[in-house]
This record gives sequence, C-alpha cells and structure tokens, in this order.
Amino acid sequence: MNPTSIRISPGAWLAPAVEWLNGNFHAGFSFISGMVEAGLSAVEALLLALPPWAMIPAAALAALAALGWRMGLLVLGCLGFGFLVGLWEATMQTIALVTVAVIVAVAIAFPLGILAARRPRVEAALRPILDIMQTVPPWVYLIPAVMIFSLGRVPAIMATIVYGIPPMLRLTTLAFRQVPADLKELGLATGAPPRAILFKIEIPSARPTLLVGLNQCILLSLAMVVLAGLVGAGGLGAEVTRGLTRMEMGLGLRAGLAIVAVALLMDRVTRSALQRGQGPKRTPA
Amino acid sequence: MIHSSALGGEILIDCQSLWKIFGHNTRAALEAVTRRGATKADVLRDFNCVVGVSDVSLQLRRGEIFCIMGLSGSGKSTLIRLLNRLIDPSDGRVIVKGQDISTMDAARLRQVRARDIGMVFQSVALLPNRTVLENTGFGLEVQGIGKAERDRAALAALEKVGLSQWTDRYPSELSGGMQQRVGLARALTSDPEIILMDEPFSALDPLIRRQLQDEFRQLTKQLGKSAVFITHDLDEAIRIGDRIAIMTDGAIIQTGTAEEIILNPADQYVADFVAGISRLHLVKAHSVMIPVQDYLRTHPASEISALPHASADADMEALIGLISSGDRDAVAVQDGGRLTGIVTIRNLLLGLSDKPGRLERVA
Repeated sequence: MNPTSIRISPGAWLAPAVEWLNGNFHAGFSFISGMVEAGLSAVEALLLALPPWAMIPAAALAALAALGWRMGLLVLGCLGFGFLVGLWEATMQTIALVTVAVIVAVAIAFPLGILAARRPRVEAALRPILDIMQTVPPWVYLIPAVMIFSLGRVPAIMATIVYGIPPMLRLTTLAFRQVPADLKELGLATGAPPRAILFKIEIPSARPTLLVGLNQCILLSLAMVVLAGLVGAGGLGAEVTRGLTRMEMGLGLRAGLAIVAVALLMDRVTRSALQRGQGPKRTPA
Repeated sequence: MIHSSALGGEILIDCQSLWKIFGHNTRAALEAVTRRGATKADVLRDFNCVVGVSDVSLQLRRGEIFCIMGLSGSGKSTLIRLLNRLIDPSDGRVIVKGQDISTMDAARLRQVRARDIGMVFQSVALLPNRTVLENTGFGLEVQGIGKAERDRAALAALEKVGLSQWTDRYPSELSGGMQQRVGLARALTSDPEIILMDEPFSALDPLIRRQLQDEFRQLTKQLGKSAVFITHDLDEAIRIGDRIAIMTDGAIIQTGTAEEIILNPADQYVADFVAGISRLHLVKAHSVMIPVQDYLRTHPASEISALPHASADADMEALIGLISSGDRDAVAVQDGGRLTGIVTIRNLLLGLSDKPGRLERVA
C-alpha cells in the first residue's frame, strides 16, 4: 500500500453529520434561527430608532451621566466617527451583532466556567474542546454554520458565539479558582447558603478576572463579526468585504477605522460600566 | 486562671473519638489504624493517606475558653474545622448543644453554623469591597435579616471591640489588629454561644497580640461566651485558656489547666514544652502545700497560728511576698477560714523549679 494514499479526512464524516443534523433537526434550527433573528432585529431597531444626530448626543449624555465625562467624550467621538465616514447604519448593525453574540456567549460560558472551576472532571473534559475551538481558524466555523443556517446574519452570529465562548469560559474558571479559600470558608462557617456564597463572596472577588474575560469575549466577537461579512452578516464586515472585492481602498479604510472606533467604544464602556461600585481603590496597608 | 468554675458547666461541644484521614482510601486506612494498630507511617505507605486527627475526644463546657495548643502540622486547624464540620470527620461524632452535627443535612448544619457557632480566622477573611459595618453584619445578611436590624447588631458588636468609629472604612484602611477586631465583632454579631478561634492573633505583632488576648478573654467572660481557641503559642494558651489541650501528630496528649499541665506533664514532649514557662503566677498554694501534720513532725516547735496565711489559690509570687516580708519560713494555707496545709520555703522552691516530678516527692 502506498503511504501517500493514506488520508485522514474528518470532513468526510463531519459533513454528512452536519447534513444529517440539517435534515432531521430542521425545525429546531429554524426555531433557533428565528429567535436569533428576532433578538438581533430588536437590538438593531433600538439602536437605529433615533436618527444619528439625535442618537449620538443622547448616548454621549447617558455615558456622561452614568460613567463620567471621559466616557461621554469617548462615546461622542467613536459614534461620531462612524457617522462622519458615512457608515452609521453599518456601525449600528455591527454593534447589534456583537451585543447579541456576547450576551449568548456569556450566558453559555459563565455557568459552564463556574461548573468547570468546581468539578475538575468537567474542566478536563472541556479543555481539549476549548483548545480546538481556539486554534481552528475562525472562518472554518463559518462553513458548518452556513451549512445549517444558510447565508446571512444567523450563521454569522452562531460562529461568533462559538468563537467568543472559550476566552470567557476559561477566564471564568480561572476567576473562580482564584477566589481566596479563606473567604469561601468564611461563607461556609457563617452558614451562608450556596447562592449567597456565589453572589456575595465568589462573584465580587472573581470580578476583576471576569471583566478581563468579558473584555476578551467582546473583542474576539467583534473580530469574528467583521470576518462574518463574508457570509452576508452585513454591518461593517460587509463594507470591508466590499472594499476588498472591489479593490476600493477608501471604503476599506473607512470601514476598518470605524471598526477600530467600535472596538474602542465597546471595550472602554463595558470596562468602565462594570468597574463601577467596586468599592475603594486599594490603599497599601 | 480560675479552673474550678469551668469544670461544672454544661457541655456545649462534645467530640467523641474523632478521626480525620485525608486521602482516597480513607475507610481502609481508618480500619488499619483502629483495628490493626497501624502507625501514621504505615498508613502513608500502604494507603497513601495522611492521618490529620487521630482519636480526639474533648468537651467544651459552657463559659470556658478551651485552648488547643500544637505546633504547625499537629492537626489543630483540622480539628477546629471538624467542630463546625467545615471538614467532614472520617469517624467519630461531634455533638453541638445536644445535636449530632456529623449526620445533619446541609440546611440544618447551616442553621447551627449561623446561630450557634461563630468563627474567627487567622487570615481574618474580611471582604475587601465591603465596609467594616457591612463586613460585621455579613453573617446576618446571608441569613436574610433586614438591613436596619443587622446594622444595629453589627454596630453593637463593633462597640464591644472598640471600633464603632470605623464603621464606614474599608478593611484595607485598618491595621492588622483592628482587622482582627472586626473579625471578632463579625463572629459576635449573630450572638452565638460558641466561638471558634483559629489562631486569630498569630499574625499580629507581640504587643498588639497581648492586648487582644486580654481583651478577648475579658470580652468572652463578660458576654458569657464559650470558645475553642487554637494556638501554636503556649504563652498565649496559658494567658487565655481555662483549660488547655496539647496536641501533637493529630492526637491530644494532655488536657488540663495550665497549672496541671505544668506540674504534671504527661510525657517528655509536654515537659520540654512547658520547661521555659514561668511558674510564678501559674502554680498555686494548694499544689505545693504539705499536710499540717507533716509540717509539725519536722518542725515540732513551730507555732502555726503565728505563720502568715494565704488562700489556696494564692500564686507563688504572693507566697514569696508573704515569706520574704516576715521572719517566718512557712505560710499557712487556708480555705474558707479552715487550715488546709503548710507551704515551706522548700515547697516554694520546688514549685518554681521546672523539673517535673520533684513535687511528687513533696506530696
């Protein structure tokens, strides 16, 4: 037997599996598809409810009131940039995609991460899956997503969720592992129920690491959402794709910079929002 | 140290032959130790298990401070965690106020921990994002008690430890001694009868430590609490404890008052431990006195009514003062006006000596 003829082809069984899923669980998938589509449309409608000249100052004022003048200025600058380069609608679509993807990814990764922190076996089972999820090039995810959900925003969001889960899950596990043992013991010794230990001891002391996880999740999701412009996700990704396929340097650059503005906006605003009410800045004892 | 008052009290915690073996095959290891008399080394070699606590029985009585003294690795921290079942025992029972906590379900256990047993940690374990007041009221908060009520209770507890001016500060703004006071206040807030102290003062500097030891003892007595106090410092155990248990290698090798342990150490290990401790305030007249007849036999001419007298609880320091201020060479010991014995200079010197056994020759 000629060794060069030996081939391993995971796709040979994966593709039929996906097709089989598609054939037999079509109702399920179209239900998920409908849910995602509805959620996405709602967020998008909200973001586009006001014309940009009203939305931008309103958002900036809200950030100013809630998070201080720095965040107000940042919101004004980033959203204003999207508007000025003529990509207002695409910017809002991208923000909507990322928001929905991150919410779903966190909803999956956070409880799983806690579970993995508590049960070493769960972690051992999850670790190789997460490794694969993080090393497979992101656009490979798009293939099964498109096979199941066809083109459009839904496969884009599915692939984004899958891509956003690993960092959040890993850092959630790490965050809960790092909760000082004496604080957990305190909870047990005072007779606190598990819920109280989780919400009053573990989450507050895991918070800094959880924030890093959320931040990673947001930024990776944004990267993926842009990439998903390839499968018709719309938003800024679509503009980048258009710029690439038509060799329009100007459009590509404008869309690229608008993505940077969105990244800055989401990163800083979430960080600042979640750090509020954290108690005092630690003074050296 | 008043020991006699503690002996009669009702038993709050009763540990009956407690075992804790760490590892995977604890059941087989336990059987090997209890049935076949395997040693700790055998258990480690054959079962890869570590014996943490071995056959410990102890009683905490109402109103007493019970010190468990042992060096690091002696199993004292494991033992105190068996008392509120932060660690599940491998064998034996822990009965808290008449209820066996080793068989309790989670909800009842939480209730016992919340109401009957407070705990203070070596690391203090204050939540950094909460103020002193919020930390102090934490126990009540997790029991679902309203803010007004728990703040009131927390403030009352902080007043007891002298920190009522610091309610709005954060733990990082407090010194180590103050943080541990907050830890104590937190344990007192839910008004438990029993307080478990896990080496609370070990990380503090010596002056603050002494101050907190005295305050703790005073406060515990004043509030009528009972405490199990873990320490690696014999001086601390003597200062604080009504009774002391000496622990080594997971087992308690001697339990008694400071005086009993110092005068009759159970073995060489304990003897070495207590060797450097000053007897001046620990050894009392009743431990060194001889019967009146014995004294009269050797001193037929002595007139007992002319001797200075002291009570049975007078310590060595007081006896030295009595003898050195007069011209007599003995002190008459009286208990409630009745003559019970005589302390001669020889007895006094033997009582101060740290070589165990000499006193037995006197008695």
